[in-house]
Amino acid sequence: MSTEAAIERRRTGRLSHFLGQNVGLVLALAMLVMAVVLYCAVYWVEQAALPGMFELTSTVNNTMSLVLCGMGQAFVVVTRGLDLSVGGVMDLANALAAVHIKDTVGSMVGWSLIILAIGAALGLVNGLLVAIGRLQPILVTLATLSIYQGLAIRVLPQPGGSIPPVYSSVLVNPNGPSALVYVLVVALIWYAFRRSSLGVAIFALGNDEQAARANGIDTVRAQVAAFTLSGLMSGAAGLFLAATATAGDATTGNGFTLSSIVAVVLGGMNLFGGRGSGIGVIAGAFVTTMIVNILFFSNIDPLYQSFYEGLFLVIAVVLGALISRLMRRRS
Amino acid sequence: MSAGPSATSGPIAPAIEGIKLSKAFGGVQALAGASFSASRGEVHALVGENGAGKSTLIKILGGRLRPDAGQVRLAGANVQIASPDAAHGHGVWTVFQELTLLPWMTVAENLLIRREPRGTLRLIDRARMAEQADAVLAGLGIHHIDPRALVEDLSLAQRQIVEIVRVIVQDPDVLLLDEPTSSLGENEVKWLFGLIRDLRRGNKCIIFTSHRWNEITDVADRITIFRNGGELGTFAEIDETRAVTLMTGQQVDAFYPERPPLEAARPLLQVRGLTGPGVSELSLTLRAGEILGVGGLAGHGHRELFFSLFGAAPISGGEILVNGRRVRISSPRDAIGLGIALVPEDRKTEGLILPMSVGTNLTLAILPQLSALGIISRNREGRAARNMVSKLKIRTPGLRNPVQQLSGGNQQKVLLARWLLADSHILLLYDVTRGVDVATKHEIYELMTSLVREGRGVLFYSSDAEELAHLSHRVLVMREGHVAAELEGPGITAEDIVSAAVREATSLVD
Repeated sequence: MSTEAAIERRRTGRLSHFLGQNVGLVLALAMLVMAVVLYCAVYWVEQAALPGMFELTSTVNNTMSLVLCGMGQAFVVVTRGLDLSVGGVMDLANALAAVHIKDTVGSMVGWSLIILAIGAALGLVNGLLVAIGRLQPILVTLATLSIYQGLAIRVLPQPGGSIPPVYSSVLVNPNGPSALVYVLVVALIWYAFRRSSLGVAIFALGNDEQAARANGIDTVRAQVAAFTLSGLMSGAAGLFLAATATAGDATTGNGFTLSSIVAVVLGGMNLFGGRGSGIGVIAGAFVTTMIVNILFFSNIDPLYQSFYEGLFLVIAVVLGALISRLMRRRS
Repeated sequence: MSAGPSATSGPIAPAIEGIKLSKAFGGVQALAGASFSASRGEVHALVGENGAGKSTLIKILGGRLRPDAGQVRLAGANVQIASPDAAHGHGVWTVFQELTLLPWMTVAENLLIRREPRGTLRLIDRARMAEQADAVLAGLGIHHIDPRALVEDLSLAQRQIVEIVRVIVQDPDVLLLDEPTSSLGENEVKWLFGLIRDLRRGNKCIIFTSHRWNEITDVADRITIFRNGGELGTFAEIDETRAVTLMTGQQVDAFYPERPPLEAARPLLQVRGLTGPGVSELSLTLRAGEILGVGGLAGHGHRELFFSLFGAAPISGGEILVNGRRVRISSPRDAIGLGIALVPEDRKTEGLILPMSVGTNLTLAILPQLSALGIISRNREGRAARNMVSKLKIRTPGLRNPVQQLSGGNQQKVLLARWLLADSHILLLYDVTRGVDVATKHEIYELMTSLVREGRGVLFYSSDAEELAHLSHRVLVMREGHVAAELEGPGITAEDIVSAAVREATSLVD
C-alpha cells in the first residue's frame, strides 16, 4: 500500500513537472481549443450550423504549409536563432515544383526528393555561414532570403506552370482531411527529434553555447543541422503550397517568413532559445489559420484583416507571458 | 609507456604534472612557467589570489585551454590535452567554477547528457533517464534534488552539487575542482569533503582550489601556493599568516582587523516584527558604528531579510525605522533614498552592469548630482570615480575598462564604492566575501572597519562563521526566518555561531 502511495505521488509529481516546464505548450493547446470554439461560434451565427468535414479539410490543407515551415523555424529558434529565409526557400521550392513536376510517378517522386534536397542544401548554406562564418543568423538569412527569392523568380518569372492534380490530391486531398496524416508525421518527427542526440545537441546549444561545448557537444554541427532541417521543412512547405494552389507563383511563399515566426511564438516557444515544443508550434500554426477564418466569418472588412491579426497576436503574447509567469511562480 | 625519456626519476610517477606551463591572454601573462605535481591518493590544494593562475592551470589540465609553452604529463608520460574530451579520455575530469549546466534542461538530462539510456528505435528513454539519475543521486547520498526538475529551478548550491555529481559518475582518475565550495553551504561542504575522502581512499588524485583556509587545511594533503602566474612551493604544513604573506607578497600581521570600539550610539536601523516570505517576526537594531553580524545555516531567511530591507523582496508585516523614523521601503529606490545600500553576493546578476565601465558603474547612483541640465559632466564623474578607486584600493587597469574585467573582490568593491558615493550610511553586506581571494578579503575587512569608524552601520551576513566571529560586534543567528540567538562580542567564536545555528535545524544534504 505504501509503495502504491509512493507511485501515486510520483505520478502527480510528474504531471506537475510537465505542466510547470511546458507552460508554452499547454497555453498553445489551450489557445487552439479557444480558437476552435470561437470559430464554431461565429460560424454558427453566420451559417446556423456547425462547421463540418469540408471546413476541417480546407483548414488542414491550408495550414499544412505553415505547420511545416513553422516546424522548420522552430528548429532554428531553439538554437537561439531566426531563419528569415524560410519564405525564400518556399518560393524556390514552389517555383521548381510548378515548372518540373509532371504527371508521372517518377517525375512526382523524383522531383519531390530533388526539391527537398535543394531546400536542405539552401538551409545548409545558411547554417554554414552562421556556424562557421560566425555571422548573425538574422543578417545571413535576410541576405539569403533575397537570394533565394531571386532564384525563384529566375525559375518562374511569371505565375504559371502546373501541378498534376494527382500530386495535389495526394498532398492536399480536397475530399477529406487526409492531410492530418502529415500533421501526425510532423508531430512524430518532433517527438523523435526531441529524443535524439541531435535534439539534445540543438537544445543544449540554445540553452548555453559555452556550457554545451563544455559538455563535449559539437555546437557547430548542431547549428548547421538546425538550419538544414529548417531548409528541408521549408522545401516541403513549398511543395504543399504548390499543391494547394495547383500552380506555381514565385512570390506566394514570401509571407511565410513572418507567419512561421508567428506560429512559433503562438506555439509558446521562447525566442531566446533552448525552450519550447514543436507540438506547440503545430498548434500555433492552426491558431494562425483559425484567426483568419474567425475574422472571415465575423464579416470584418478584409482591409482590416491584418490590423486584427496583429491585435490578436499582441493580446495572445501578452496573456501568454502573464499566465506563464503565474504558473512558473506556482510550481 | 612510462619507460620513455620523459619518465620522472621517482619510483612512481605522479598522477599529473604540469611542467613550466605558460599562458598569456592578450597582454596579461596568466601563467608564467608554473610547475606542480600531484599523486594518486592525494588531495592537493592550489591557493593564491585571484589572477594568480590557479584557474588557468586547471583549465589547461582539463583541456579547456592550450598552454603557450610547457608540458603536461600524466603518470609520467607527456600528453597533449587538446580538448575536454581528450582530457576525459585520459581520465581527467573537471568541475568548473562557472557552471556548465544547461538551465532549461532537467537535472536528469544534465547528468546523463550524451550517455542517455536508449529505448525503441534508439530514441532516448526519458522515464529510464530519470530513474537512472535518481539512482545516481541517491547513491551519492543526495535526496533533496529532483531529477525531473529544471536546473533553472535549483538553488545555486544544488546546481553546484549536480555539477559535481556529473563529474563523479564518470569515475575520474584525476579530479579537478575549481572553487567547488564557493556556492555551497556548510552541510554541502561536509558532503563534498566526505566524497573527496572516499575518492582519496580509492587512490584517485584530487586537485582543488579554494579561498577558505579552514577547508584547505581540513581536507588537503599538500598545498601549492601561486602568485603572479608562478608557483612558490608546495607545502604539507603551513600556517595561514605565512600562506597569506606568500600569496600577497606583503607581510600581513593580523588577518582580521581590530574591531573599532562601540560607543552607546543612536540606532540607525530598527526592525520590529518584520514578516514576509522566508522571514517571520524578526526584530533587530543596528547602531551607528556597529558591525552587526547575521549568521546561521543557508536557507533560513538571511537573503530574504537583506533583500526586503533593500526593498527588493516583499514585506507583509512589521515596521522599519531609519534614524528613529518609521519608513516604508517598497523598492530599492526607496531604500537608496533612505541611505540604505545592498552589496549582494551574486554580483553578476545584481547591482553591477558588467559590460559598462568601472567609472560608469561607480557613479551610476549619483548621476543627477554630476549633471547639469541632464548632461553628465565627465570631469566631475571622473574625479568622483578616481577618488573612490584610490580610497578602496580597487585594482583596475583604468576607469574606462568594463567592470567584468575585474576580479570578483574588486567588483564587490566597485559596488560598495558606488553606495559610499551615494552617501549610504546603512550598508547591507550579504556574503560579500564569498569566492573572493584571501588578500582582497583582508582589504574588505579593513574597509568595513573603517566605514563603521566613520559612523556608518554595517549589517553583515556571511556564510563563513569565522569571519562573523572576528568582525562583528554582535551576531544574530537566524533560524527559520527569525533571530534564534544573539551572541555578544568580543569573545564570540565560530563554534558558538555554528552550534547556535544547528540546534534543532534540519540538515540540507540527506
